[in-house]
Amino acid sequence: MQNLSNTSDQASHPANLSAGKRFTTWCSDHLARYVFLTVAFSATLSLLLIALFILKEGVPFIIKVGFKDFLLASEWSPMNGKFGIYPMIISSLWVTLGAMLIGAPLGVAGAIFLTQFVPRSVMRVIKPMIELLAGIPSVLYGFIGVMILAPFIRSHFGGPGLSLLAASIILGIMVLPTVISISIDTINAVPRSYLEGALALGATRWQSVHMVILKAAHSGIIASVILAMGRAVGETMAVIMVAGNSVKIPGSSLDSVRTLTANIALEMGYATGLHRQALFATGVVLFVVVMILNSLAMAAMKKKSRGAA
Amino acid sequence: MTHKSLYIFLCSMVLLMSGCGKQRTAVTAAGSTAFQPFAESLAEKFMETHPEIAVTIQGGGSALGIQAALSGAAQIGMADIVDLPPEAKVLKSVVVARDGIAVVVNNANPVKDLTEAQIRDVFSGKIRNWKELGGVDHAITVVSREAGSGTRSSFEQLLKGFVLTKDAIIQDSNGTIRETVVMDQNSIGYLSHGLLNDKLKALTVNGVACTTEEVLAGRYTIVRPVYLFTKGDASPACQAFIDYVCSAEGQKMIHDSGLIPAK
Repeated sequence: MQNLSNTSDQASHPANLSAGKRFTTWCSDHLARYVFLTVAFSATLSLLLIALFILKEGVPFIIKVGFKDFLLASEWSPMNGKFGIYPMIISSLWVTLGAMLIGAPLGVAGAIFLTQFVPRSVMRVIKPMIELLAGIPSVLYGFIGVMILAPFIRSHFGGPGLSLLAASIILGIMVLPTVISISIDTINAVPRSYLEGALALGATRWQSVHMVILKAAHSGIIASVILAMGRAVGETMAVIMVAGNSVKIPGSSLDSVRTLTANIALEMGYATGLHRQALFATGVVLFVVVMILNSLAMAAMKKKSRGAA
Repeated sequence: MTHKSLYIFLCSMVLLMSGCGKQRTAVTAAGSTAFQPFAESLAEKFMETHPEIAVTIQGGGSALGIQAALSGAAQIGMADIVDLPPEAKVLKSVVVARDGIAVVVNNANPVKDLTEAQIRDVFSGKIRNWKELGGVDHAITVVSREAGSGTRSSFEQLLKGFVLTKDAIIQDSNGTIRETVVMDQNSIGYLSHGLLNDKLKALTVNGVACTTEEVLAGRYTIVRPVYLFTKGDASPACQAFIDYVCSAEGQKMIHDSGLIPAK
């Protein structure tokens, strides 16, 4: 704010202006200040309103049905008053874990390859292309999953095809851009002298990468994986299309599963009364999970910036 | 100059809006997504002969249709469920069409006919392999709709109540059920008779095919009614639309688009 008024003072020497003009400048400065302040707060405010709304609709339901009968019961039959979301919590965790098992190693390996083993000029071409992946609408990922991946799994591994495995693979690919671009940034932030020092001590390229650079960049890489987890937990459309949406605890990776997000989106259209509240309560659980993941990511990032300083 | 044009713009908008609102009586119908496309084409035809009435059709599902009619959010509620909820009793209802629910399998599936008891056993998970039904030796993939769907609750009630197997794949519309069954050779699902096509096969139930003729003759039994609801006596404009849907012309349109006329 201080800067803002200084620049305008220099631009139009206030001494040369009439009192009216000066008043106008003062007004527009302060006006600008409050306009930007409002804009900045509106983002925070909308988050607050969303949180309040979900909590207002969902928490009374959780209290009414009971914590145990909601979170830990495995029967979901809203027409008969049974609202157990335990299978969906487990499924969400499995799908996310599966996506991380596929996305994290690929993403981190990709980031190492692009920063260490490829000329800069090549990386400058490939990195934007990977970031384009993030811009592909999730419906398209889901469509590819339904048309290609699910029939492939069905004919080669058995089961209905629409499965935990299919959802994990699709999500694993969807989170790649997040993992790769944040990992690249953190690896690039490692001082060049670390690598040079390791090489000078006689370490091979690979040894210096995994013993020195990855060590130095590990908190940023962990943050990238946690952010990717947040994305995987929250993804809805692609998961609805490829996961099959059965409400049960999966016995194998070929079983069909329903995640928390899928549950809300699938039944939202028809839900009334208690059923609708149950979906909001599902949203509360999801909200809490995503909040926890994001705070973990932020904590990891903070550790990284402290380490760098 | 800019102020002037803005002023003219605002004036013309106000004039336009008031012009729209005054001349035509608005009728809103909301509810069943299965009946929605048919209602839309009926409304279009209706407005050709009744330019003074503007009919808007909205989806939202049968439950919402009943709620909307009760609360007055829509003048007409549309629902296609077998057992009406108790709160619907206070509404005036008229059956405007009937909708057969066809049990569908992939074209490559050799099974052609199932009894009602077999369908019940398949969907409740007692029969898990096509071999038991005279098909290939492969696990059955059951495909169903989500809880709350009018098609699903009607299907379950018409088959005298069963608990859907937990292994069932859940899809959230008639269209995605159709795609899933088309893609998966070993799947079985159900969908509205009006949405059948030649990419999949409707099974005969107890030897009776799901066709308009069999439903009209009362031989095909998995059939649900399509209701239109009004709260109390309908306004003249609503009544005109409902009368049109029930008229010979409206019923013929319903028949031609794949649904089954009420009478």
